[in-house]
Amino acid sequence: MKPTNINDPEYFHKVVDCQYACPAHTPVPEYIRLIAAQRYTEAYMINWESNVFPGVLGRTCDRPCEPACRRGRVEEEPVAICRLKRVAADNKGEVKSLMPQGPFTPNGKKIALIGGGPASLTVARDLAPLGYELHLYDEWKKGGGMMRTQIPAFRLPEEVLDEEVNYILDMGIHTHFNTYVESMKEILEKDYDVVFVGTGAPRGRALKLPGYEEAKANIQIGIEYLANVAFEHTDKIGEKVIVLGGGNTAMDCCRTSKRLGGKDVTVVVRSPRKDMKASPWEIEDAEREDIVILNNMPPKEFVVENGKLKGVIFGKVRAEYAENGKRTLIPTGEPDVFIEADDVIIAIGQDNAFPWIERDLGIEFGKWDIPVLDKTTFQSTLPKVFFGGDAAFGPENVITAVAHGHHAAISIDLFCNEKNLMDRPPPMTNLVSQKMGIHEWTYDNYIAIDPRYQVPHEDKSISLKDRKIEVELGFDEKVGFKEAQRCLNCDVQTVFETNLCIECDACTDVCPTDCITFTKNGEEEELRTRLNAPALNLSQDLYISDVLPTKRVMIKDEDVCLHCGLCAERCPTAAWDMKKYLYNTPKTYNFNETGSCCK
Amino acid sequence: MSYDKPKFHHPLLKKNKVGYIKTDYEGVISTLCAGCGHDSISGAIVQACYEISLEPHRLAKLSGIGCSSKTPTYFLSNSHGFNSVHGRMPSITTGANMANRDLIYLGVSGDGDTASIGMGQFVHAIRRNLNMVYIVMNNGCYGLTKGQDSATADFGSVSKAGSDNPYQAIDLAGLALELNATFVGRSFSGDKTQLVPMIKAAMAHPGFAFLDVISPCVTFNNNAGSTKSYSHVREHIESTSIFDFVPKEEEITIDYPEGESAELELFDGSKIQLSKLAPDWNPTDRFSAVNRLHASKARGQILTGLLYINTDSKDLHGKLNTVDKPLNKLTQEELCPGSEALEKVNASFR
Ligand SMILES: Cc1cc2nc3c(=O)[nH]c(=O)nc-3n(C[C@H](O)[C@H](O)[C@H](O)COP(=O)(O)OP(=O)(O)OC[C@H]3O[C@@H](n4cnc5c(N)ncnc54)[C@H](O)[C@@H]3O)c2cc1C
Ligand SMILES: Cc1ncc(C[n+]2csc(CCOP(=O)(O)OP(=O)(O)O)c2C)c(N)n1
Ligand code: SF4
Ligand code: SF4
Ligand code: SF4
Ligand SMILES: [Mg+2]
Repeated sequence: MKPTNINDPEYFHKVVDCQYACPAHTPVPEYIRLIAAQRYTEAYMINWESNVFPGVLGRTCDRPCEPACRRGRVEEEPVAICRLKRVAADNKGEVKSLMPQGPFTPNGKKIALIGGGPASLTVARDLAPLGYELHLYDEWKKGGGMMRTQIPAFRLPEEVLDEEVNYILDMGIHTHFNTYVESMKEILEKDYDVVFVGTGAPRGRALKLPGYEEAKANIQIGIEYLANVAFEHTDKIGEKVIVLGGGNTAMDCCRTSKRLGGKDVTVVVRSPRKDMKASPWEIEDAEREDIVILNNMPPKEFVVENGKLKGVIFGKVRAEYAENGKRTLIPTGEPDVFIEADDVIIAIGQDNAFPWIERDLGIEFGKWDIPVLDKTTFQSTLPKVFFGGDAAFGPENVITAVAHGHHAAISIDLFCNEKNLMDRPPPMTNLVSQKMGIHEWTYDNYIAIDPRYQVPHEDKSISLKDRKIEVELGFDEKVGFKEAQRCLNCDVQTVFETNLCIECDACTDVCPTDCITFTKNGEEEELRTRLNAPALNLSQDLYISDVLPTKRVMIKDEDVCLHCGLCAERCPTAAWDMKKYLYNTPKTYNFNETGSCCK
Repeated sequence: MSYDKPKFHHPLLKKNKVGYIKTDYEGVISTLCAGCGHDSISGAIVQACYEISLEPHRLAKLSGIGCSSKTPTYFLSNSHGFNSVHGRMPSITTGANMANRDLIYLGVSGDGDTASIGMGQFVHAIRRNLNMVYIVMNNGCYGLTKGQDSATADFGSVSKAGSDNPYQAIDLAGLALELNATFVGRSFSGDKTQLVPMIKAAMAHPGFAFLDVISPCVTFNNNAGSTKSYSHVREHIESTSIFDFVPKEEEITIDYPEGESAELELFDGSKIQLSKLAPDWNPTDRFSAVNRLHASKARGQILTGLLYINTDSKDLHGKLNTVDKPLNKLTQEELCPGSEALEKVNASFR
C-alpha cells in the first residue's frame, strides 16, 4: 500500500466518525469538550455555525452521527451526541450578539427563497451577511417548514423553534408568509437574480383500498393530520385509532392521537419490525406510551357500516429475502384480522410535488417528478434556479436540508459573482499538537468503560394530557458532563512521523486496542489479515507510514483506536503526536471575521 | 501522564484454550522510560503466556532490583510475584522452587543485577540446573541508577557521557554455556518474532533456561557508539536459526527447507522447530554453540537465537530425588511419620 497522505483534508476528517457522518459535518468532539468544560455558549455557536438549528436538532435530529460513533464500536452504545447538543442549547448564555450583526451593506442582488423550511432558512442565513436581499415565501403563517408543521410540539417546543428561526429572520429577511406560490413563471418574471426552491416533499401518499370512498370522512393523510394539529385546526380524534405505516411519521401520528383523545391506538405495519423505517428510539417512545405496534399485516379493506368507518381488515404475511436482499411479503394463509377503528391515519410515505412549477420554463424533471440537478452545486437545468432540502432528492431530514442549504448558498454566491460553480472553496482545516508538556495533553485522554446515560422523560400521566408538554427532559448539567466524558475525542489524531521512529515497539505494546503493527508492506486485503488484531472493518482506513530503516512500515488500523494518546506517551522520540484536527466545511463567509464564532 | 490503561480491548480478540484474551495477561501501565526495551520484553512475555494458554496462577515471577526487575509489575498481574533484593532473585527462586515444584518460575533480572552483584547467585542456579526461566534484560548499563556501565558493556562501547569502556565485557550467554546451562538463548527486545517462541520454549524446558535479551536503555545507552543501542543491535544482529515453538499436540505448520531444518522434542512432548542459518552449528552440541558465539563476536556481530539445548536435562528436584508432591503440600503425617519410623532410621545407623 502507498503511504497515507495525511495532507488530504478528508483523511483525518474520516477518522472523526461522527463529524464525517453528519451531513453538515458539525465538529462534534470539539463542542462536546466545550460542554464538559461548561462552555455552553461556545458549544452552541460551534453547532450554530454548522447546523443552524442546535436547539431543534438537539431534540429531533435523525442523528446519523450516532451509529457512526466510535464508542459504539468498543462499547454497547454510542455517545448521546444529539442530546448533548441540547445540553449546549439549554444552558447557553446570550448568543445573538455572537451572530453576524446587521444591517448588512446591500450587494444589489435579490434572491427568492420558496418554502420556509430548514433548507431555505440556511440559505438565508448564509447569504444575508453578504448583503443579499432575501425574500422568503411560505404558505404557512410562520417559518420553519415541516419543523413546525410536522414535528409535534411534545418533541419540539414551539419556543425553541421560534427562537432559532427568528435568529435568521432577524437578519433582515423579507418574509412573505401565508403566501402559497402558485406559479414559478411569475416568480421568474420578477427581478430576482436567483430562485431557491426549498418547498420540501409536501405530498402524503394515499391508500385507496376498497371502502376508501365511503370511509373517507374518517381517513386522514398523516402529514396533513399533523399540520392540522400543529395549527390547531384539528384538536380531537376518535377513541380507536389505526395508524398505517412504519416510519417516523407513523410514530408522530400515533403519539399525537394519544394526546387528542385516542385510547386504543394501534400502528399496523405491513413489514417485519426489523424493516420498519422509524428510528428505534421513536418506536421505543411510542411503545412507552402504550401504543401497540403490529407487524406483518398489510391492510386489505376499509370496513364501513351505516356509511361510517368501522375498522380495517388486514392480511397476514411473512417476509422472505432473496440473495440480493430483495424482500417479498408472502401470505401466511392465516385468517385475516379485523381491527375496529373510529379513525384511520395513513402514514406510508411522502412524495415531491411541484404543481406550481410550469414545465416549459427550462427546469427539467426526472423520475418521480424529481428535478434534474447537479449533485454538487444543486443547480437545476435553468441556471438561476437552485433546489435544496427534501425538494432536491426526496424526503430526508432537517440536517440534510441544512447541509443542502450550505452547498446551495455557496453556489448562489458564486453564480451571482459570475464565477465557476465548480470552483468551490476548500474546507478550513487545522492540525495542532495537543502536547502541553511531557505526557500532558490539553484534552482529558483517560478512557473509562462507561455505559450511555439515559435521558429522563416527563411522567406519562402528565405528558399525555397535553400535546405541548415536552416528553424528553434533557440531561441536566451533571449527567451532561458525564455523557460528554464518554466522547473519545476522535478529532485528536494520532500523527506519525516516520523519520523519528526508532522502532522500539513501545507504542505497539502499550496500545490497549492493538491498533499498531510494524510489518512488511503489502496489498491492503492481505495486509489486513496479518495485523496484531483483526482489521475487518473495511470502512475504516489503515494508516501506513513510509518505509522504516528495518524495511517495515507502521500500520495503524483506525477502526478501534481510542485516541487515548498512550502511543504518544510511550514513544521515546515523539514519533507519535496527538494533534487536534479541526475541519470546517466551507461556508459563504468566514464566521470568525463576522465575529460570530467563539474566541 | 496516564497512570492507568483503559480497560478496553480490541472487540475481536480471541480467547485462548483456558478462556483468556491477551489483555488478561497484562500488568499495570509501565512507569519505565518511554521506549525502554524492557517494555517490549514484557510484551513478549504477555504474548507467550497468552499463546501457551498459561493459567496465570500457575506462574511465579521473581526479580531483583533495577528497571528490568521492576517489569514484573507490568505483566501477568494475576500471577504470583516476589520482588527481592539486588542480585538475590536466584536464591529466592531456589527456595520457592524447592518448596513448590508445581509452579512455573520466571526470574527477571538485569545485567547489573546478574553480572555484578548477583553473579554468585546466578552461577550457582545454573550449576544446580534449577527449573526456571531466567531472563536478563541486558542493556549494558545500570539504568535505574542513571546509566553507569555494567559488566556486560562491551569493551570500547561509548557511554552517553562520551567515554569508552576500558573493561572487557562478561558475555552472560557464553558464561552460561561454559557452566553447562541446559538451555541457552539470546534475543533482542526489538525482535518479537524470535523472542516470543523462545520464551515459550524456555518455559517448556525442564531445567535452567537462560535468555540473554539485549534490551536498549533509551535514556542512558542509546547513543551513537553504544553497542547496545537500537540501531547498533539492528545493524549487527545475526541469528543461529529461524525458530518456532510447537506445543504438545499441535501441528507443525512451518515448512523449512530440506537439510537445514531440525526438530527437537522437549521433555513434555512439545517441539522446537528450527531452520539453521548458521553453518557448523548444532543446537544440541555445546562446542559448536561456543564456537559460533566466538566466531560471531570476532566479526563484531551479535549472535541471537537458540544457542544450545540439552534435551536430557535433569533439574534440581531430579538431582535431589525429591518427592513428586510439592514439599509445601506435605502434611504433618507425611513429614513426621512418628517415633517408630524414627527408631527404624536410627537403627539403620547402628
Ligand atoms: C411527521 C414528520 C416528522 C419528521 N420528524 C423529523 C425529525 O424528527 N427530525 C428530522 O430531522 N426530520 C424530520 N422530518 C423530516 C423533516 O421535517 C424534513 O426533512 C425537513 O423539514 C425538510 O426541510 P426542507 O427545508 O426541505 O422543507 P420543509 O421543511 O418541508 O419546508 C418546506 C416548506 O415549504 C412550504 N411550501 C411548499 N410548497 C410551497 C409553495 N409552492 N409556496 C409556498 N410555500 C410552499 C411547505 O408548506 C413548507 O412549509 C419529519 C418529517 C415528517 C413528515
Ligand atoms: C544492594 C544494593 N546495591 C546497590 C543498589 C543500587 N542499584 C539499584 S539498581 C542497580 C543496577 C541495576 O542495573 P540492572 O540490573 O542492569 O538493571 P537496569 O536498571 O539496567 O534494567 C544498582 C546498582 C541497590 N539497590 N541495592
Ligand atoms: S491513541 Fe494510540 S495507544 Fe491509544 S488506542 Fe489509539 S493507537 Fe492505541
Ligand atoms: S513508540 Fe515511537 S519510536 Fe517506538 S516504535 Fe512506536 S513510534 Fe516508533
Ligand atoms: S533508565 Fe533505561 S532501563 Fe531504565 S526505564 Fe529508562 S530506558 Fe529503561
Ligand atoms: Mg541494565
